[in-house]
Parts: sequence; structure tokens; C-alpha cells
Amino acid sequence: MSADIYLNVAVGGLLTGLIYGLMALGLSVIFGVVRVVNFAHGEMMTVAMYLAVILFANYGLDPLLMMLPIAVLFFVAGYLMQLGLINPFITRPEYMQFILLLAVAIIIVNGVLIVFGPDAQTVQTSYAFDSFAIGPLIVDATKLYAGLAALVVASALFAFFRFAPLGKAVRACADNQIGALVVGLNVKRLYALSFGLGLACVGAAGAIIVLVVDVTPPLGPAYTLLAFVIVITGGLGSMSGALIGGVLIGLTEAMAGLFFTPSAKSMFAFAILVLVLLFRPQGIMGQKLS
Amino acid sequence: MSSEMKGFSVMVNRRRLLAGAAATTTLLASPAIVRAQGAALKVGVLLPRSGAQAGIGQDCFRGVEIAGPILKANGYPDLQIMSADTETSVDTARSRAEKLIADGAQLLVGAFDSGQSSAIAQVAEQKGIPFVINIAAAPPITEQGYKFVFRNFPIAGSILSDAFANQKEIFAETGVTPKSVVFLHCNDTFGTAMKNGIGAVFPKANMPYAIKETIAYDPTARDLSVEISKAKASGADALLVVSRLNDAILLTRELVKQRWSPMGILSMGPGWYEDQYLKTLGKLGDGPLSFVPWYDPNKKLSKQLEAAVEKKYPGVNLNLNHVYTFEALLIAADAYKRAKTADPKALADAIRTTNITENTTAGPGISFDAKGQNDKLKNVAIQNRGGKLVTVAPKGSTNAKVQWPMLAYDKRR
Repeated sequence: MSADIYLNVAVGGLLTGLIYGLMALGLSVIFGVVRVVNFAHGEMMTVAMYLAVILFANYGLDPLLMMLPIAVLFFVAGYLMQLGLINPFITRPEYMQFILLLAVAIIIVNGVLIVFGPDAQTVQTSYAFDSFAIGPLIVDATKLYAGLAALVVASALFAFFRFAPLGKAVRACADNQIGALVVGLNVKRLYALSFGLGLACVGAAGAIIVLVVDVTPPLGPAYTLLAFVIVITGGLGSMSGALIGGVLIGLTEAMAGLFFTPSAKSMFAFAILVLVLLFRPQGIMGQKLS
Repeated sequence: MSSEMKGFSVMVNRRRLLAGAAATTTLLASPAIVRAQGAALKVGVLLPRSGAQAGIGQDCFRGVEIAGPILKANGYPDLQIMSADTETSVDTARSRAEKLIADGAQLLVGAFDSGQSSAIAQVAEQKGIPFVINIAAAPPITEQGYKFVFRNFPIAGSILSDAFANQKEIFAETGVTPKSVVFLHCNDTFGTAMKNGIGAVFPKANMPYAIKETIAYDPTARDLSVEISKAKASGADALLVVSRLNDAILLTRELVKQRWSPMGILSMGPGWYEDQYLKTLGKLGDGPLSFVPWYDPNKKLSKQLEAAVEKKYPGVNLNLNHVYTFEALLIAADAYKRAKTADPKALADAIRTTNITENTTAGPGISFDAKGQNDKLKNVAIQNRGGKLVTVAPKGSTNAKVQWPMLAYDKRR
């Protein structure tokens, strides 16, 4: 095998990893603040993917352009969902939160199956089959656009939490809920905001991922599992950890497929997870467990 | 007691009561005989109608939906279809088969996939209910000594022997022969059986090409870029593939994106000829050759099926999913007609002596050997051409000339 293939596969894995990272980011944002694990994460993302498919099929709207409107829609849905459905469960035992979100996941999977059927739905943009050749390197255009969009969304989110007063308030709430209450922050509203932001990430990720993956109803549970692998590897609750975890898993899968056998790609991703759990249980960027 | 009731009690004397009881007992003890006097045979159809194989499972079900009127027009008795979704899961296939039997299914049909069909076969054998496999190629299913399991679909070795023979015919006809191929196969039960089959058949087939590399992959994978990168790097002339539907689409996309146009794609499984493949990829879907069990377009029943599919699903090509699922129901109806009873053992005996010559698939007809396998089926080579499927080999069964090597992807856009 020539050296070109290593470069090509590594770049492909990196871009896939960035998309994985964005997909997992929403899960980390929600857990980091609200301390609720969204077991319907992947399923919610498939809803965004179907939405992008509908907008493209009926109005010819490019998913990359629709990323922002879909994210806004998901933000509103997440905000309302937190206030109406999740909030009563925040103080309840974790198994109740688990059952609630599992039920939401099952409803979504079967709902999209009823509405859209089992066939894979796809978005065939004008650049769907394009690639860029830079010397021996061939870069998949859709993966490149999707990877760059993932970077933009993640940067915007980091900037919000770092510089915006509201973002700082959310971080304060995540760090010390009692302290946030004492200084007069509206914790319930901040929780709803965080859940909304988490779902906005999910919406944006769905709109981006549909460029590289055909959507089917069973995709949801598969992506929920993948998101968990990524955020646990990167550090549950850590936003930078989600992105780093995504890139690590994306690269691991790609290189494992190249050096060993492609059918063992997922096995290596899980092997990374096991190693992290054994030697750094808090995840790569997570805070040390007390 | 009212006068009416008194009247009823007068009418129902001891002799009449005994006669009625005897008749009721006979009725309950021999339900199959009563059913044979006009009731429909309850056929449990198990297909992967959701999950990774949903597209093909739904396509197979089209064969069920067109079957009723055609069977009736050809003088076969009614079938009552009890449908179950295996969800592309072996465990679900097993539990759905048990449920169908518990709900009164008198015969089972399914299940497109070898793994799921194996699980259903175990249940059918255990419960003593005939099971007619529509599509599944893994040889072990009919090597277990089962008495209630029948398969009207060629096994992996037979598909491969015919495939290699048809490939050699195409190479000879066009004068273009690949010197090497890379073998890409999905790692499910069917894919692994085909890989093992190639290991056994290829050395004896005297093929003009060498298999440079074998790459196994997960058919539910969302990204097959690494697989195509490896295949491309092998430097092989052509691709030999055993895949499913979604992965066939993904592989094609990657071929285009990675700017690799092999001499051709030689498929020995589903995926590449499916309507969804053709519709999703348009011009980029043209060219692959599929070496598969197929229908004989010249048979009377084939023409009826073509017309029925065209009428019910405009724009959909008749394919092996429809044909083999239809034939499984044909076998069930034929056995019920001859057995004149829904008794499972009698039905199984009737299926064992099946001799249907008026069928659709290529070959002399439908009959089963001692193992319950129809070993007389023939496979053909079909090619995707302008969104349609044409038969290009073997000689005598063709309706078009093969285009080999296939047109490079960058010359189509």
C-alpha cells in the first residue's frame, strides 16, 4: 500500500470525527448543566435529519443553509421540552429520567417509521459526489463542508459559554446550583436554556450529518450509543471533551479499518472506551471524580 | 321458563342433542378437514420490514401483495396472509415465528435473510409447521435434516458456480478480462456464507482473475470510505462484491468520491439491482453486473407478475425479491390444493412432492430434493441500464448485450 492511503484515510477520519464531536456536543451540554442524560439524543437528531430531507426535497433548501433555522427550531423545542417534560424529573431518581427519555426515544423511532417508512432517505445536493484533489490527497467535499460547519457551530457555542453573560450564568449554574440560586439566577430558566442549546446542537448536527449519512429510523439508537461512547471518552459534561472524543473515535475507526479489518472498526472505538474507563474514568477532559 | 324456551326444549330432544354434540366434536377434532372445504390457508409471512434490511423486506412484501389475484386466476386456493416484521433481527424473527404459530399460522414463509431464516427454521421444525424459505442462500439451513423446512432459492455454492460461468462468458464475449479483483463482502450470515463458498468454489472455477484482497465490512456501517480506500489501493482491476442495499449505495458513492472507476462491479448478492439503488443513484447506478437467481422473462407467469407489478407499483422493476416471495406463496397454495387439508404434516408431505413447471424463476421448475432444497434453479447475469434491468448472460436467456467494461463514473456526470 502506498503512503497516500494513510493520509487519505486519516483526513477522512478526522472530518468524520469532527461531525461525531458536534453530534455528541449537545449531549454533553445538557448533562453538564441539567445533569440529565438524554437517552433520546440520537433519535432527536434523526428528526432534524428528516426535517433537512423534507426541506431539501420540497423546497430545494441546502441542509447547510438550513442548519441555523433547524437549530433555532430545536432550541425552542428543547426549551419547551425542558420546562414541560424534563423539569419535573430533575429531582427524581435517575432511573426515572432514564425511563422517561427512553420512552421519548421509542416514540420518536416508531413515529418516524410511521411517517417516513423504513427506506433510507437521502439529500442529493449538487456537490453530493464532489471531491477535492490536492496532490495525492482526495478530500470528500460533503465531509469537508460538514466538518467545517461542525467547527463553526462548536466555536460559536464555546464563545457563548466563555464570553456571553448568559453563557457565564449557565456555567455558574452548572458549577454550583445552590450558589446560582443564592445570587439570584433563575435556575429553571437556565436549565431550559441549556436543554434548548443542547437540542440546537442536535438540530445543527442532524442538518450537517444528513449530507454524509442517509437517514433511516434505526439510525437514532445507533447514534445515541455512539454519542455516549464519545462523551464518556471525552469526559461527560465537557464540551471540549466531546469534540476531542469525537475526533479520537473518528480517527480510531478509520485507522483500525485500514490497519486491521473494516468490520472491526466499532470494536476499536469500544476498546478506546474501555481503556478510558479503566485508566481515566472521568474521561480525557473530564474533571476527576470525587 | 318462557313459552319460547319451552318450545326450544321440546325441539332439542335427546337424540338431536347427541347428534349435535357428535357433529360439534367432529368439527373440533378435524378443523383441518373443515378448512379444506373452502377456508383460506393461514400463511405467516416473516420479512425484515424495518431495520437495516427494511428496504428489501418491504420490496419482498410487494411479492405478497400481488400474489392473491394471480394465484386465484391460476386456479389456486385462497391464502390468508398473517404478516410479521422480523425487524432485521434473528431474535425477533424467532419470537415472531413462535407468535405467528401461536396465532394459528398453518405455514410460514420468509425471511429474505439467512440468519433470520435459520432461526425461523428451528421454530418451524420444533412446532411441526411447514416453512418455505423465499430467499436465503446459506447452505446449512437445508443440511440439518429438517422435515418441515423447504427452500426455493439456490444455495451459495450454486449461485457462485453459475456466477463464475456467466462471468467467463461475458469476458469471452467482450474480449475484456480483469486480471485481478478485490473482494468486498458484508460480514453477516449471508456474506460470510458467500465468502466461504468462494473459498471452496473459486479454486475449481478456473477464473482468469486473481482475488488480490478480501475486505469484510459491517453491512449496517454508516461510512464505507476506508473500505473503498483499501480496495482502490490494492490496484485491482474490478470489484467482486457481496452486499446489501444501503451498503451498495454507500460503496458506489465512495467509488465516485474517491475517483475510482474499476473495470466493473461483479455482484453476487442483493443491493445493486434494487429499485432504491437505481433511483437513488440515477446515472451513477448504471453498469454493475449482478449474478443472481432471477426470473425467466419468457414464462407465462413471469409476464403476469410483470404486469401486476407495473400496475400496482408504476416504475418499479420486477425483481427477485418479488418473484421468489411470490413463488414461496405459490408453493404453499399448490401444496394446500393437493393436500386438501391444512394439517401441517400433510402440507409438508405435499410440498415434498411439489412439481410446478408453470412458474417464474429461471430453470425447469419447482421441486425439492430429500433435504428440502430446490436444486434445479438457474442463475443469470443482469445489468443496470438506464434505470432498468437487462439480462446479459447466459446465452439463450439474454435480452440485451452486455456493456463491459462499464462506463467510468467521471464520464457520466
